Parts: sequence; structure tokens; C-alpha cells
Amino acid sequence: MLEIKNLQAGIEDKPILRGIDLSVNAGEVHAIMGPNGSGKSTLASVLAGRDGYDVTSGEVLLQNDNLLNLAPEERAREGVFLAFQYPVEIPGVNSAYFLRSAVNEIRKHRGEEELDAMHFLKAVKTKMKELGLSEDFLKRPVNTGFSGGEKKRNEILQMAMLNPRLAVLDETDSGLDIDALRIVADGVNRLKGPDNAQVVITHYQRLLDYIVPDFVHVLYDGRIIKSGDKTLAYELEEKGYDWLIQNAA
Amino acid sequence: MSSATANETAPTPIEAFARVEQAGGPLLPLRKTGLARFAERGFPTTRDEDWRFTSLKPLADLPFLPTLEPSDQAFNQTEINGITFGRHDVDRLVFVDGHHSSDLSLISDQPDGVTVSNLADSLSELKNDISSLSANDENPFIALNDAFFTDGALIRIPSNGRLAKPVHLVFLSTAAGDGQAAHVRNWIDAGDNAQGTLVESHLSLGQAATSTNVVTETRIGAGANLEHIKFQDQSDSTVHLASLHSELSKDARYAFHSLALGSRLSRNNLRMRLAKPGIECVLNGLYMTHSDQLADHHMIVDHAAPRCDSHEYFNGILDNQSRGVFHGRILVQSDAQKTNAKQTNKNLILSDHATANTKPQLEIYADDVRCTHGATVGELDDDAIFYLQTRGLDTKTARRMLMHGFAGEIVDRIQHDGIREELDQLVWNRLEDKHHLD
Amino acid sequence: MNAHTDTIDEFVASDYKYGFVTDIESESLEPGLNKDVVRFISAKKNEPEWLLDWRLKALQHFEKMKSPTWPQVKYPPVDFQDISYYSAPKKKGDGPKSLDEVDPKLLETYEKLGVPLHERARLAGVAIDAVFDSESIGTTFKEDLAKAGVIFCSISEAVQKHPELVKKYLGTVVPYTDNFYATLNSAVFSDGSFVYIPQGTRCPMELSTYFRINAANTGQFERTLIVAEESSHVSYLEGCTAPMRDENQLHAAVVELVALDNAEIKYSTVQNWYPGDEQGRGGIYNFVTKRGVCKTNAKISWTQVETGSAITWKYPSVILQGDNSIGEFYSIALTNKAQQADTGTKMVHIGKNTRSTIVSKGISAGKGQNSYRGLVQVGKKATKARNFSQCDSLLIGDKCGAHTFPYIEAKNPSASIEHEATTSKIGEDQIFYCNQRGLEPQDAVNMIVNGFCKEVFRELPMEFAIEAQKLLDVSLEGSVG
Ligand SMILES: Nc1ncnc2c1ncn2[C@@H]1O[C@H](COP(=O)(O)OP(=O)(O)OP(=O)(O)O)[C@@H](O)[C@H]1O
Ligand SMILES: [Mg+2]
Repeated sequence: MLEIKNLQAGIEDKPILRGIDLSVNAGEVHAIMGPNGSGKSTLASVLAGRDGYDVTSGEVLLQNDNLLNLAPEERAREGVFLAFQYPVEIPGVNSAYFLRSAVNEIRKHRGEEELDAMHFLKAVKTKMKELGLSEDFLKRPVNTGFSGGEKKRNEILQMAMLNPRLAVLDETDSGLDIDALRIVADGVNRLKGPDNAQVVITHYQRLLDYIVPDFVHVLYDGRIIKSGDKTLAYELEEKGYDWLIQNAA
Repeated sequence: MSSATANETAPTPIEAFARVEQAGGPLLPLRKTGLARFAERGFPTTRDEDWRFTSLKPLADLPFLPTLEPSDQAFNQTEINGITFGRHDVDRLVFVDGHHSSDLSLISDQPDGVTVSNLADSLSELKNDISSLSANDENPFIALNDAFFTDGALIRIPSNGRLAKPVHLVFLSTAAGDGQAAHVRNWIDAGDNAQGTLVESHLSLGQAATSTNVVTETRIGAGANLEHIKFQDQSDSTVHLASLHSELSKDARYAFHSLALGSRLSRNNLRMRLAKPGIECVLNGLYMTHSDQLADHHMIVDHAAPRCDSHEYFNGILDNQSRGVFHGRILVQSDAQKTNAKQTNKNLILSDHATANTKPQLEIYADDVRCTHGATVGELDDDAIFYLQTRGLDTKTARRMLMHGFAGEIVDRIQHDGIREELDQLVWNRLEDKHHLD
Repeated sequence: MNAHTDTIDEFVASDYKYGFVTDIESESLEPGLNKDVVRFISAKKNEPEWLLDWRLKALQHFEKMKSPTWPQVKYPPVDFQDISYYSAPKKKGDGPKSLDEVDPKLLETYEKLGVPLHERARLAGVAIDAVFDSESIGTTFKEDLAKAGVIFCSISEAVQKHPELVKKYLGTVVPYTDNFYATLNSAVFSDGSFVYIPQGTRCPMELSTYFRINAANTGQFERTLIVAEESSHVSYLEGCTAPMRDENQLHAAVVELVALDNAEIKYSTVQNWYPGDEQGRGGIYNFVTKRGVCKTNAKISWTQVETGSAITWKYPSVILQGDNSIGEFYSIALTNKAQQADTGTKMVHIGKNTRSTIVSKGISAGKGQNSYRGLVQVGKKATKARNFSQCDSLLIGDKCGAHTFPYIEAKNPSASIEHEATTSKIGEDQIFYCNQRGLEPQDAVNMIVNGFCKEVFRELPMEFAIEAQKLLDVSLEGSVG
């Protein structure tokens, strides 16, 4: 489904990603781990199409379409969802209004009928209950004044509503209490199906107890220096990254 | 020419005073003093620090003649309903060119002790009240208003009383001739623990270059809670000058919302005096300007007592050659310990020719205070646009949504549901109609 | 509350250690301001005709001006006829040819001020121009600088030796018509420093001028001009002190900086003029115009630590004329006793992609009144101009005041301007926290104030940062019981 080939990218003249190869098939869950500053969020941003990154070489295919030529919203409509490490606060923009607009843009793109306010509210309230989010979130401006954990849960709510083909979750687990962690993981697992895939960026093996990855990759200095199955995560938890970094060097 | 010298153009407002003098009345001394004060000062110029960014040039070519007679234009209730807030259950007091129209007003039974009426009929009773809160203000337009005001609203809520429904003050300018000036005076008195919602609309029928000069004095008793919404949407050829003087008592809560959409030049002077401890005062405003409009909010929040909170939030969306001016001064006197004051002014500039002037100021003489202010001028936030894009919205939609949100930040602070919703829609339509959104 | 007040009193009583007077024979002009005075000064300095004309034009202009009333400071009107516009140590014969020949009393004065001038004790790596009343008495390290092509001398000397440079740049950044005190300065300026850094040169050492007012009833009107040619770099520092006297003395200086393409000028000030006493008696009126202009890719950075003067009125500014140019202003202003400060900056964005940063820290104690006044202006053509301003005020005691008056004017839709300001007092919980960790209250206050000012200290050259920090500590002495 997702094919990343020799992806190199940076900001201004500073290279950050130095050649990433990764292929993710439908139905799979991939975990990406790696020390701070290794380029995990950069990878997520490049996949989502954030401005300011220069892709200097390589390609990214989503179901054989070249993702890199698309505007961020086109990628979103093609089914790429990014749960932000730091979700943006948007004062004054009502959450319900925002989310319904997004859902309908994506439905339109898929040739589905737009949801009217009633149906939308019904759907979103069901999801909110599952995620343990209180309904008054809908009345508040997007992410504004939300606690760290609330922002993360709001990202998962959006994901659940948009039903993406490829979800990239950037440290969605940090800042969550144990209950919230389980709720978030449930949300992710519920989405899981034969037609979609997930890339989960995390620092903690703990999350992977709930969202069981098929593959674990270690990103270091803009390259994947090691890939393995879920046992790699345990190994990392125990030994840290040094042994890998030394091997790589 | 930066100074407005209406004095040089004949006939002058000063000459029109003979008629006022003839009419006499209990406030004649105030009117005379007002005239003298105005004659002494004349119109302000941009050399006055308080008018530095706001040239009164639009007034310069106009006689600024008081409309001392009611207009003979006829309207009916339905026409008024069609304007604003017509579908809400409110009491309505209508003034046409500064003159009360009882035919157009709609007053239901308010609880005992509540007065909702015009003020001209109660002048003897208000003799000592009118100008008691505005007297120390040097603003020459207040002096002019003292001299010439024709009518306005009188709202009284007794102690522990509440308005049964919101009161809507509708000020229409209909004058056909350029240079007519309606001088409106309002007196609002909320007793201890009184509650209510007040809406003030300023609208025009027709396109004449008229002026409105409104002075409102508001006394808010201990523990009272008043929400006051001002909606100014006069035609683009008008000049709108307003002064609001509010004095707040212990533990009072006062929220004033200003939506300035209309007029070629509008100026809101807001003077809040937090005279007793425990007050919470919110000034919340939105200005959206296009073509060559200028919208100016000029406020002083005077913390004269300890433990008061004040918040000012003003957002401006400026398009074409228009200008937005914000002057906010928080004054914390030496007794006003434990003051918590916050002020923000944000401006979005949509065109290469629009200008934002902002002067957020803190003047602090007490040491145990928390005061912050912030001002921004700029474009929409790129990160926010990207966030919306990743959720499938194209940049156009994203920009619209953010702009709406920018206005919505202000509108959302209006507590009255119906009025907030109506204004939200109105602001949104206005953005779509008049502004470059892409 | 009472304990609090006591400590404020103590604080007010803390000493000004630079308040001594040097007993030296000097040559002073009778008080008064007129054409003859201007001619006298110009003749004394053997100035060319054009400069005398310029001074006279300024005088003529000055006579039509009124003193400004907008600053948030109060003082009785200054009688400009009651000031002597020229005073200098009397020279024996032709005057000293080098520092070795300078009157030992003067050298001793500077020694006492912590700025030794003679070769043995000089601060390494810092060249100093010492200005005593109206005259520069000497400049150190001149030869070393000359090797690098750098000119560092008094402005009087520059007028003699490099008239073409002075003529080309003098008054180009601050014209003689600029404002009341700048105009006065243009008419009667006495001495000051001149710096010229040739193209592509990085000035090999810190340059520094030390200003000392000694004579009574005189004003000091120095004029400083710094020109950094393309791709050059210089860091300059000035320090100021004056004796304790009951009368107020006027100091009206003008500083002009010119940073040509890709050049960088860093200008730091540690101002410790005599502040006057707690009743507001005496002290310097410090009315200063400082401005720099940046051409393409150039950078000007002002850093100031203002602890002295009875009244400070000063807005070091940057005209960001060239594309991509950068202006910075870092300021600490401390007012105690009856001091008043109205200080800030102007950042005028004209070129594209111009950036400015303003960090202002005001500390008010005693009966001090401290105002930040700033202007950020973005012109129509200044596409993508960026400004960030932060103005924080700290209050110690309940008789002082802190005020913030920023002006923002933006005419370009792609501009981004952010202004933040806070005012707070030193929190009792902060002091308690420090006490609980074993610190004395006074140390806690010093530590908190120093922390509050950290962002500005960081901008000062190392050795001066330490000096400035000590100065703040001294000024804060006794502020807590
Ligand atoms: N806007 C930017 N400008 C300059 N450098 C940047 C920018 N964004 C990221 N970088 C740099 O790129 C590198 C990778 O950053 P990135 O955020 O991708 O790391 P990360 O792996 O997500 O780290 P963390 O685990 O801390 O979230 C870091 O060195 C970072 O400083
Ligand atoms: Mg990251």
C-alpha cells in the first residue's frame, strides 16, 4: 500500500532524512522508534506534505500513486491521516463544524453522500463515547485549551471519523494516562482492517502491548538502521539504542 | 490636511445652539458648559495623542449640524423587524436620528421598578446623573453631546431586579442630507445585584454622509451582572463617534461587546472605572473594515480598587485601504493590589494597502499585580492551515474557516445564545460579501 | 508591610560609589547658549567651515523648537542659558601627545573608576577612548587597531584626520533637525568617539568609550559615529559615570551607526550616571538619541543596561533599510530612589525580509518610575517583515511604577508582529522557595532579578556582563529585609 523508496529530505540546507526505504502492506501495523531528533516527525510531516521540507530524492507511493505530487488535502482525501505529535490549537473554530467539514470533504472525494448535521452528530457522539471524550468538546474551538491528553484523544476521534487508509500516529501515546492509553489503542485497533495500515511512532514499548505491531523499525540519523518484529521493541526497552547505533557506525 | 476644521465651514454647530437655548429645559446649564468646552477645544486633530491615527478628515467637509427635529420619514414595525434581532423576543426602543419613536418601539411588561424608556422625558429627574460619569473626559465630542443631545435610552434596573427579556436599543440614521449629526445620550443604571442583557444597534437607512455622536453612561451596582452588546453597522458614508463611561461597583460583572462593521470612520471611546474590589470587566470587540473605512477602539480601563479582573480582547480583519486602530490602556492605581488584567489585540491584514495601528499600554503603580498584554499583526497561521489541509480541507476552505474562527473568537464570548448566533451568521455573511478570503 | 517599607528605605540609601569629584584645573565656558558659544567650540576644535555652518544651522533650528512633553517623566524645565557648553581639563602647552603625557590626576580618575588607561594595567583585548567632560583625553591600543585598518579615535581628532569620512556620514542617520535634544547636540557637541571599520574587516578587539562628567554646571554633549563598511564587524561598549551633586546635569548625546551591506555592529551600553538621591535631588538628565541604519543583510544590535541617571530618555533605534537586515534591542532598565526612565526602541522595517527582536526588562524599586516606549513600524514594501517584542516589568515595593507603551503600525499583509508584555512583582513564593533552600532573602532577590534579566546579559560581551550583573546587585542592595 505504502512504498517509500530512498526518501531524502531536509529543511533549508539541512538534510534530515538520509534515505528511507519502507514498505507497508494493507492490514499491517508498523512501529517506528528511535532517539529524539532522529527524524520520526519529519518523516510523518513529509508523508503528510508539510510545507518547508525539501525532498531531495526518492519517492513515496500510496497504492502506486505518487504521493509527493499531491497537496496535503489531496493526500488526506486519498486516505493519509496524520495524528500530530503537537496538535495545533485553532481558536475560534468550532470543533464540530471543523470535523464535519473534514468528513464531508473526504466523503465527497470518495463519491459518498455528505453527512447532514444530524447524522454527523449522531456518528461523532457515538465515537466520542467510545473514546471517553465529553460531548462539550464539540462546542469548543479546535484543540484550544485542551489538555495534552485531550488533544491526543481528539486526534484519535478525528481519525475514527475520517476512516483513513493509512494512519500515521506521531507519539500519540505520550502524555496519556493508562486509561487513556488503552482507549487510544482501542481506537486504533478498531480501525484496523484488511484494507488499511498504520504507522505508529512511539518511544515506549508499552503502547505496543496494546497496538501489536507486525514490524518494528529503528530510525537513527535519518535512516532505518534496524527492522524486526515486535520483540525488537522489548530489546530496545531493555538495552536502549546505543548498541544499535554502535553497530550502525 | 490632518486637522478637521469644521469650525471654518458655515453654518457651525455652535450657531445651531440658539435653538437649544430657546428650548431651555433642566439641563441648560450642562448644555451651555458643553458648548463652551467644545468652542474652546474644537475638533481634535492627529496632533492629539489620543487621535494620532484617526484623522477626522471625513468630518472636515461636513457641517456636523445637530438634527434637532425628528425626521418625518415613515417606517413601520415590519421594516424594523427586517433589520436586526427582529426574530428575538426583545423589548425594543427605537430612535430615529436621535429622536425617540414610540410607534416603532415595543415595550412589554418588565418587572416592577424596571424602567425602559426614552430619556428626554425624564430630564429633570436625571439632572444630577447625566454627565456625572463623563464630566472629566476631555473628549470634545462629549462636550458637543452635552450641548446638543436630543434623546436616548433610559434603562433602570432596581436592586435585585432583572430585565425580563433583553432590551434592544435601535438607533437609525435616516437623514437625507449630508452633514447631519444625531447626538444621542443614554443613561443606564443597574442597581445592586441587578441583571440583564442590553443590545445596542446603530444602523442607517440610506447612504447620506451623516454622523452619530452617542454618549452612554453606565452605572453598575454591587454584584450586578450586565451584558451589553453594541452592533454598529451604519452605511459606509457615515461617521460614528461613541463614548461609553461605565462605573462598576463591588463584585460587579460587566461584559461589553463591540462589533464595528460599518461607517467610514468609527470611534469607540470606552472608559471603564473599576471603583470597588472584586469586579470583573470584559471588553470584547471585533472590527472588520474594507474600502477606506477606519475603525478605532480607544479604551482606558482604570483599576482603582484591589482584586479586580479586566480582560480586553479585540480582533480586527482589515481589507482594501482600510485601517484598524486599537488603543488600550490599562491603568493600575497604587491601591489596586491583586489586579489581574489582560489585554490582547490581533489583526489580520488581507490586502497590501490596509493598515493596523495598535497601542496596547500598561501603566502600573501597584506592585502586586498580574498584567499582560499582547498584540499581533499578521497573516493566518501556516501551521493551522496545514493542520486543516491534513484533514482534507483545501487551502481556500481552510483560510475561510480560520478567518471565521478569528472573528468567532470574539463573537463566541457573547453569552446570549440567540444574539450570538445571529451575529455569528451575520459576520460570516459579511466576510463572504466584502472581504478577500482567498 | 512595615518591614517591607523599611527595606525600601535602606535600599534607597545604598551608595553611589562613583560620586567623587576630580580636582583638576579646567577651562570652562561661561553658561549660555548662542552663536558665539557655538563658534567658540568649533574654533577650539579647529573645525572646518562646513562643520561650523552645520552647527550654526542646528542652533538656528533649535531656537524654534519646544522641548518634548510626551515622555512619561516629570522634571522642571531646563534653563538652557544656565548651562556651560564647554569644559575641558586645562592643557599645558600643546597638550599631551600620548597617554603618557596626560595629567596623572586624570589617569588616576579612570583608575578609580575601574578603567585603567596606562599600558601596564590596561584591560586586555579592549581599546578604550576616555572622554572627560567635553574632551577625549586619550585612546588606548590605537596602533594595534591601525594595523587592522580600524580607526578609533575621538570625533574631534577624526574631524582633523579623516574629514572626508566624517563629512560623508555625520548627520545622515540623525539629522540636525531630528528632535529637540539631538538638535541641541548638533549645535554644541563637544567630543565623542569615531569608529571606522574597513570593508571585510573584523575588528580585532572590543572598542569602548568611557564617559565621565566631572565639572559642575556643564552639560555633556557627546557625539559618536560608527561606520562599518561592507562585510565588517565591530563590537562597541560605552560606560558612563558622574560625581554626586545636588544640581541636575544635562547629558544629551547622539549616536549614529551605519552598517553597510553584510556588516554587523554590536553596541552595548552600561549607563551608571549619578542617579540623584531619594528626594530626586541631583543626578543626570540623560536625554539621548541613538539610531542606526542597516543596509542589505546588515545587523545592528543594541544592548543596554541602564541603572543610573535621574531621568533617562532614550530610544536606540534601527532603520532596517536593506533587505534581510536585522535589528535587535536588548535592554535592562533599573529605576530606584526617585529615578525615572522612559526608554525603548524603534524598529523601522523598510526592506523585505527584515527582522527585529526587542527584549526589554524593566525593574522598578523605591519610588522609581520605569516606562517602556517602543515603535514597530512595517512599511508597505517590507514583505515578510518579522518582529517579536517582549517587555517584562518587575516591581519591588509599592511606591514604584512600571509602564509599557508600545506602538505598532503595520502596512504589509505578510508582516508578522508579536508583542508580549507582563508585569509582576517578585513573588513571595519565589523568595520563600529560595529561603527554603537556604538562601538569604537579598540573595534570593538578586538571583531572581538576575534570572529575570538573563536574556539581556547574554547579549553583553562576557566581561561586561559580569560587571553589569554586579552593578544590578549593588543597586538592589537592601531591597529586602
Ligand atoms: N523546522 C525545523 N527547522 C530546523 N530543523 C528542524 C526543523 N524541524 C526539525 N528539525 C530538526 O530535524 C531533526 C529531526 O527532527 P524530528 O522532529 O523529525 O525528530 P523526532 O525523531 O520526531 O524527535 P522526537 O522524538 O524528539 O519527537 C532534529 O534535529 C530537528 O532539530
Ligand atoms: Mg517527533
